[in-house]
This record gives sequence, C-alpha cells and structure tokens, in this order.
Amino acid sequence: MDNFYGLATRTSAAKQSAAGPHVTFPENAPAPSRAAKQEVLLAAHGVEKSYRKGKHVVPVLLGVDFEIADGEFVAIVGQSGSGKSTLLHLLGTLDAPDSGEIHFEGGRIDNLPTSSRDLLRNQYFGMIFQFYHLLPELSALENVLIPNMIADGTFRYWRNRRQYRERAEHLLELVGLSHRLKHKPRELSGGEMQRAAIARALIAEPQVLLADEPTGNLDSKTGEEIMEILRTLNADQNLTIVMVTHDAAIASQADRIVRLAEGRVQAA
Amino acid sequence: MYKLLLSWRYLRTRYIALASIISVTLGVATLIVVNSVMAGFTKEMHNRLHSILSDIVLESHSLDGFADPQWHMEQIRQVCGDDIAGMTPVIHVPALLRIPFRGDFHTRQINLIGVDKTTYAEVSDFSQYLLHPENQSRVSFLLRESGYAPGRKDFPPSGWEHRRMQAMYEKALEEQRHEIAAAAKSDASLATNNRPPADPYAAGVPKDPYSGSGESELAGTIFDPATEQNTGVILGIATCSIRGRDADGEVRDFYLCRPGDDVQVYFPNAGSSPKPVSCSLTVVDLYESKMSEYDASFAFMPIEKLQELRGMFDPLTNTTYVTSIQMKLKPGADLNAVRDKLRAAFPADQYPYRIETWRDLQGPLLAAVQMETTILNILLFLIIAVAGFGILATFFMIVVEKTRDIGILKALGAPSRGVMSIFLSYGVSLGAVGSGVGLVLGLLFVTNINDIAGWLEWITGHEVFDPTVYYFQEIPTSIQPTMVVGVMVGSVLVAVLASVLPALRAARLHPVAALRYE
Ligand SMILES: Nc1ncnc2c1ncn2[C@@H]1O[C@H](COP(=O)(O)OP(=O)(O)OP(=O)(O)O)[C@@H](O)[C@H]1O
Ligand SMILES: [Mg+2]
Repeated sequence: MDNFYGLATRTSAAKQSAAGPHVTFPENAPAPSRAAKQEVLLAAHGVEKSYRKGKHVVPVLLGVDFEIADGEFVAIVGQSGSGKSTLLHLLGTLDAPDSGEIHFEGGRIDNLPTSSRDLLRNQYFGMIFQFYHLLPELSALENVLIPNMIADGTFRYWRNRRQYRERAEHLLELVGLSHRLKHKPRELSGGEMQRAAIARALIAEPQVLLADEPTGNLDSKTGEEIMEILRTLNADQNLTIVMVTHDAAIASQADRIVRLAEGRVQAA
Repeated sequence: MYKLLLSWRYLRTRYIALASIISVTLGVATLIVVNSVMAGFTKEMHNRLHSILSDIVLESHSLDGFADPQWHMEQIRQVCGDDIAGMTPVIHVPALLRIPFRGDFHTRQINLIGVDKTTYAEVSDFSQYLLHPENQSRVSFLLRESGYAPGRKDFPPSGWEHRRMQAMYEKALEEQRHEIAAAAKSDASLATNNRPPADPYAAGVPKDPYSGSGESELAGTIFDPATEQNTGVILGIATCSIRGRDADGEVRDFYLCRPGDDVQVYFPNAGSSPKPVSCSLTVVDLYESKMSEYDASFAFMPIEKLQELRGMFDPLTNTTYVTSIQMKLKPGADLNAVRDKLRAAFPADQYPYRIETWRDLQGPLLAAVQMETTILNILLFLIIAVAGFGILATFFMIVVEKTRDIGILKALGAPSRGVMSIFLSYGVSLGAVGSGVGLVLGLLFVTNINDIAGWLEWITGHEVFDPTVYYFQEIPTSIQPTMVVGVMVGSVLVAVLASVLPALRAARLHPVAALRYE
C-alpha cells in the first residue's frame, strides 16, 4: 500500500499530498508494509561499478548480490577502498551502477528518472555520513527541517511549518539534542552533529536508513551512544538500517554483517 | 523554501560577495546621478529653447524677407488654423551693437530682431525673461521710470532715473569742458578747475531738474536725453554685461550699459545693394533667458521701426516685408504634422521658405546632448558589466566552497533545478541589494547635488559648477522614473546573468563527487 511505485505513478499533485501523512508521524504505529517481516525491502543484483581515471579503469564492484529484509539492521564491512561507500551510494540512488540492478520494495529503482530518484531520496531513504554533512549556515533545527523544505513548495511549507517544527524538535529530543536547537554546526561537537544528522535523516519518516560510517569520526563512547540510538530506532520503530563500518565491535551490534572484498560480497 | 533560506543565509554570511557588488552599487549610483543631471540639463534646455523659439518658424532664405505677412498668415490660418494659437511677423537681421562706455565703444555682433510687441509675447515666453516686472506682463519699448530687476542686489539704478542722472552728468561735463576751454583761452590757471564734476549719485537722486523749467520748451527741436528717448531696444543681457568674479570670488555682473542708456546699432538695409544703416536706440530693458547663446546675441526692437530703417516698407502700395513668421500651436497639436502641412502649402519651388519646428532648429544641439547621454550611459553600463564579471568570479568561488553542501542537498532529494535556483536567487538578491543601495545613494546624491557641489567647493576651493560658464545658478536635475527602473532592471539582470554560469555548474555537480569533496 505505502509503496513507492504507487506514489511515483501518481500525478505530481498527488505526490505532494502523499507527503502529507508524514506531518503526523505515527509514533508507535508501524507502517503497514513493515508489518510483513522478512519481506525483502532493498536488494542489489549483480551490481558492477568501476571508476574511470583517464585511461585507467578502476573496478570497484564486480557483481554484488545481496538482499536486505524489511526491519533488518545490516552492517557492511570491508577494507578501506573495498567499495563500501560506493555500494551505499548505489543503494541510495546517488549514483547509477554500470550494470546490475537495485531493487526497492520489489521494483527496480536504479533506472528511474531523476525526479523520481530525488523523491525517493527525499521521502524513502534517510542518509547519515561520516562527516555529518550538516549545512554550516543553518542551525541544528533548520538542518533537520531541510528535507521538509525540499519536499514542499514555499507556500505549503509555510502553512505546515508549525507541525514540521514540532516534529523536528521532537526528533532532536529523541536523539538527545533538545538543548542545542539554535546552534550552528560549528558550535556543536562531533557527536552532537551526528545526532542532528540522524534527526534530519528521520524527519521524512524514511523506510531505510543508509549510514556511511556514522561512528567513524567519533570516540568510542560517543560512537556507542550513536549506535544506541540506531539500535533503538531499529528495535522500536522497525526501521531498516544499512550501515557501513570499519569497526568490528560496532558491526557486531547489527543483525547481520555483509563483508565486501574484491568487489564481491564474501560469505560471512 | 530551502532555496530562499539558503540564499538569504549566504547573503548574510558572505560579505566577500557583498564586496563584489559594491561596483554594481557605484555603477547604479553614478548612472542615476549622470542621467538625472543630463536629463535636468536637457529638460531645462528644452524648456528654454522652446519658450524662446516658439513652435514653428516660417523663414525666408533672403535677408530682404518676403512681402505681405498678413496674406501669409491668412494662408496659414486656412491650412491649419485649428492648431494655431498665435502668430507673429518677425524680422531677423545680423547687426553690430556699439555700446559707448567711458569714451570708448564696445562693439558686439548681435542678431537684431524686429518684433511686434503684442503678438510676439503671445508666441514665445519672450516677455518672461525681461527684467522689469511690468514688461513681463506687458512688453513696452518705452523706458520705465525705475524698478528694473527687483530683488537683484548688484543691478545698478536704471530707467528714467538713471537717464536723467546721466544726462545731467554729461551736461555738467560739457559745461566744464567749455569752462576749461574758455579758461585755457583766457590763460587763467587750470589747476583749480581741473577736476571732473562731482559724482551726481553721491548726493542722492535729485528731482527732475527739467520739470517745470523753461528748458523743456526746447524739447522737440533739439534731442534732449533727459526727457526724450530714442526707439527702444531690449538687449540680451550678455551682450552688454560681463560676468566675472570680484576680489572675494563672488560672481558679479558688470554692466556696460543698462536701461536708460543709448546704444548704436548698424545693420544692412534691404535691397539689391545693401548698405549699412545706423541708428541710435535707447535700451529699455534687458533680456535674460539664461541660454547664454541667446543672451549673448539677441536684441529686440519694434518691427515697424526696423522695417522703416531697412526699407522693408513700401509706402506706395502699403506693403510690408518680414523675414519670418513665428507660430505657436495649441496644446496637444502635432508639431511635425503641422510643419508638414505648411510645407505642402508653401512648396519649396514656389516659395523660398524654410519651415521648421523648434526641434528642427535646435536639432544639432539636442542631438549632441542626446549623444553625450547615450555614450555616458554605455560607458557607465560597462562599469556594471565589469562588476558582473566580479560577481561571476565570486560566485564560482562560492560554488566551489559550497560543493559539499550541494552534494548534501542532492542526497536529501533536492532537484538540480532547486540547487540552481539557490544560486540564481542569491544572484538576484545580491544584484537587488547592490542596485538598491546604489539607487538610494544615487537619489540622495541627486537631490542634494547642489549642497554636495557647495561642500566640495568648500573643501577643494575649486568651483565645481561655475555659473559664469553655464548661466545656470544651480545644477539642474530631473529624476526620470523610467530611467531609474531601467537602470535597476539592467543591473539586476547583469547580476543574474553573472550568476547563471556558476548556478548551472552547481546544478550539474554529481552528488557523489560533491559528497566526496573535502
Ligand atoms: N570518483 C572516483 N574516481 C576514481 N576512483 C574512485 C572514485 N571514487 C572512489 N574511487 C575509488 O573506488 C574505490 C572504492 O571507494 P569507496 O569510497 O567506495 O571505498 P570505501 O570502502 O568506502 O573506503 P573507506 O572505508 O576508506 O571509506 C577506492 O579505491 C577509490 O579510490
Ligand atoms: Mg567510505
């Protein structure tokens, strides 16, 4: 029912109204599609990707196959340069594979038109990065609200700004940052920035959280706190999480570990 | 929404970009100031030229003029009488003006104009530029008692008041000369009597020495300058005055002659072999249009007298001759249409006339001013264009600096168009801020331009706007809304154009490349 393809085939006006339900975040009621556990949510089929550097072709992924079930917490591990970030970007439609397919909710997404992929990233995927990637000119609260601003036109956003703001404040409270709403990123510590980034990733009520080394730049204690938040999200809200990491201790907290080496998924 | 928010934040946090639009600000301010001043000059000049020249002139090619102006005016009335508000016959003739001054003659080349005093004032604003208030409402070629140029401090006493005084002085001087001559003859000592007569003004204005005295009986037989005047003439103020500075640097006019004085005028008479005719005229008023070209060359006298002197009156047939007919149109009449109708009515192969509007007559001058304005506009707009390149460079820097943020926005689902419009609206707002500040500065400058000129004068000790050169007391300005809007639109457009390339680059950035950028 709450299917991306259903949305994508509607008119753009319908898309706008489809964004409406996000305003009232059903806190504890899981989304209908999540009710069916073990259903494959996100999958990579024979994904290949190589970078071209002048005459050199750098093969990074040589046929990656794996599936992520709805509600699963997957950790992708591998050596530096093994293509973990590349794979995550492909899963999140930030980049297109040379060959192979990415599937989301059973449909292929890597060949969708740009506008549909923009909508997908805005509404269905949440992303977290190693270097937090907050916008330096905006306060923590405004950073969290950016996906809403992107989704809505100016007028629509203005009409809904109170509900959005309430929800953003609620999310910031959830990640433990309610005392830093008005602070700019440079006035925040690394852990605090990552909390804000998580709140931003959650504001559009995504189906999947894609995290690229979310603890990579933090000390172990702060990293542990961030992991706590992610685990809670996964457990309480049944949020599907795909996390890239170096750290074996961090990876072990996930439901499943996918090891990437020599461009392929290795048996764990 | 994020577009507005971000471009607003970029605007507020990036002062380097504000620095890059200072040149836009300055360009806009200068454009507004220059255009307003040029428009002020043009407008002032148009007004003056127009009011001096009347609307349409029908002019003979020959100095001898054409016969029977009444018939011509009748014809004109038939052709386009509905549009004509007034007509007057005029004679133009080049002449020499000789002003006696301290025993010398100052000679000036003038354009002597014979006018009909009642109708001429109807077709042009001629009378408004006269100095005597009564002449302004009703032109007269008779000398007035006094009261010329009220409110003008350094204007010397004029009119009959001055003429009587002058006559008395001359008379006293003459008597003294006689005495000296007599004394020299009788070999008496010269020393005691060898001094000029006392300045009559020192004793205050005396009563008319001739009123009621028996000497007035002589009037009519011998010309008595104290009670009689020659035919009146109205001189352009610059033909008989010298504008300069006194020791304190104040601008002052020095008058070689003034209303009440007699001058001589020479001009050719009409006919197959013109000979110079001379006559003595009495200055009855001065003409100050503040167009130095006219003030320095015009002299007006009654047309009948000029016709008589030049032989442009045939007593046998009672026909008169004039050199041109000036017309004033009713408000709203189409200048060029009337001119063309008249040209059709007086075809060039039958009538050797030149029929032109005041715009045609002043075409070269108006075109020169127009051209000057255009060139200045082009040059100044180049400044803004240069500023555009500054914005371009700054924007490229900002886009490079913001590469990662662009990647983030795209990762969060912002479409390329959205990213592009961030930088475009940033460019628009920069341009708007820059030209807005420029607008305010420019308007402030224009409205206070004379104060600023005075202030600069005070600081540098140099005259910024020299009234001896321009015959304007102040710098004339006129703020044209269309010009202001045009300048604003143009400069904002430059800012937008300058931000298009960087914005396109931002929109094209690959999100992954942008995210990896450190
Ligand atoms: N734009 C590019 N051009 C050429 N090569 C690239 C480009 N981006 C990535 N690579 C190469 O692709 C390989 C995989 O990069 P990727 O960032 O996916 O590795 P990673 O597993 O995330 O490493 P790390 O753990 O250090 O983050 C690397 O060898 C990298 O050099
Ligand atoms: Mg990586």
